[in-house]
Amino acid sequence: MSLQVDIKRALGDFSVAAEFDCGPGVTALFGPSGAGKTSIVQMIAGLLRPDAGRIAVGETVLFDSAARIDLAPHERRIGYVFQDARLFPHMNVRRNLDYGARRRGGETVAFDLVVETLGIGHLLERRPGALSGGECQRVAIGRALLSAPRMLLMDEPLASLDTARKREIIPFIERMCREIDLPVIYVSHAVDEVLQLADGMVLLRDGGVIAAGPVEDVMNRPDLVRTVGNGDSGSVIGVTVAGVDPEYGIAELSFGGGIFRVTAPDLHAGDTLRIRVRARDVSLALDAPTNVSVLNVFEGTVATVAPSDGPQADVEVRIGDTPIWSRVTRKSRDELGLEPGTRVYAMVKAVALDRPARPR
Amino acid sequence: MFALSPEEIDAILLSLKVAFWAVAVSLPFGIAIAWLLARKEFPGKAMLDALIHVPLVVPPVVVGYLLLVLLGRNGPVGGWLYETVGVTVAFTWQGAAVAAAVMAFPLMVRAIRLSMEAVDPRLEQAARTLGARPWDVFLTVTLPLTGSGIVAGFILAFARALGEFGATITFVSAIPGETTTLPISLYSLAQIPGREADALRLVIVSVVIAFAAMLASEAIARRVRARISGA
Repeated sequence: MSLQVDIKRALGDFSVAAEFDCGPGVTALFGPSGAGKTSIVQMIAGLLRPDAGRIAVGETVLFDSAARIDLAPHERRIGYVFQDARLFPHMNVRRNLDYGARRRGGETVAFDLVVETLGIGHLLERRPGALSGGECQRVAIGRALLSAPRMLLMDEPLASLDTARKREIIPFIERMCREIDLPVIYVSHAVDEVLQLADGMVLLRDGGVIAAGPVEDVMNRPDLVRTVGNGDSGSVIGVTVAGVDPEYGIAELSFGGGIFRVTAPDLHAGDTLRIRVRARDVSLALDAPTNVSVLNVFEGTVATVAPSDGPQADVEVRIGDTPIWSRVTRKSRDELGLEPGTRVYAMVKAVALDRPARPR
Repeated sequence: MFALSPEEIDAILLSLKVAFWAVAVSLPFGIAIAWLLARKEFPGKAMLDALIHVPLVVPPVVVGYLLLVLLGRNGPVGGWLYETVGVTVAFTWQGAAVAAAVMAFPLMVRAIRLSMEAVDPRLEQAARTLGARPWDVFLTVTLPLTGSGIVAGFILAFARALGEFGATITFVSAIPGETTTLPISLYSLAQIPGREADALRLVIVSVVIAFAAMLASEAIARRVRARISGA
């Protein structure tokens, strides 16, 4: 099952014109606030009407302005997890979960599996008023899943939660996405959520699609690195845990160009995951550094030097076939004479790496 | 001194009957109008809103007189009712209920509308995405969450209907046993020298009924709110 979207809609002095496809698995709809993410998701669900265009899930056309098709929200069978849970306050958790299932007659995912995966079994008789924010969001996810949806829309489901709650709920979402066989659209403006949850991503800005494709490809595209990073740009690298040194609490992560050492004692050998190396944490040297504290030193070749007039310059270094972005001063760039083809050593402090995204 | 005479008991029972039917029959309309005003945009909405509130601001005698002109046996609506169904409302207890209903209607609509506007429309959207049709959403989300407002509107309108005097006496007069509600009996007694004690009894009865209604309204509304917020 796949989702095809090609829609236009004017909203005051802002307008959305987006065209993208997404297949099974989790696709992140990514972009800064005001990029039109929520409007697009509302149009898919039927809560906002496009001025023109077409939306289809698999063989089912949900909206087609040319053919005058516009299914009502209750006919679309699109599970929608809102940013603010929106549980019915006058029903207990069980009745909330049953609400969609009763109306659609049948489940695509079994009740017990959903309750177990989301860890909400002990909450069934409670009212939403007695739940924490994270618990509400888990129930909301379960309620959407149990309404026999063709696909699932998750509109920044973690945005209203604090960091601790996010940590608590992400593993549940991750498990759920692996357990169910539905296309999931995950709206977010947080890079770490995308790295952890998404297979593909659609990058949005000012109501339009700038890029779409597998997460690593979009995140590392030279022309997009700045956009994606929200000023905190970096490279995304798929790695496999080669081993863990329990004495020092260091994990060794192998990738195309070598081994990354990071401080992460809770990983297990064989796990595959994504890490993100921020460009400002990567420094460059022309000669092999000796006697340095930095654990990660890779020899590579400069691939691109992003044009810059400001005090900073972004340099893409290829380690094997893996791109790593480095942000240096323009002064260093000129003094070292960095240009495509230059051999350099890239250095990354182990403690500087973001906590690796969890196994996928 | 507090033994009530049969006439007084009749007046009390008649008042309760009139007020109950006035409110019970107008409640579905009150909910419908409150929903229109709270959730829909349509041409003439401001006019409808103003029309509903007219009985609050014009003298009750005016409302009673208009009812008499419209619903009297020679009036356009009353005449039609008499000729087609053989029903007369003027000068009957049903007429008293109509007058009470019209006078109490704005209070009822106000209470329900306020509480309906407080229901988060985003909950209704969520219900739509879960497969509920518009009517289903209204019955399972909007209406239950408006519960306390409906109770408040019902009781408020009931209390107002119990006390209705001006429109009632103008429309249905004071026919003993048929339209002599509590306030009308009280008014009649107050006109007769030496019946002050009887009048005072009815005053006390009126106050007790109104007071009980307000207490009941508070208690029920609190239970409804507790049921909604859960915990």
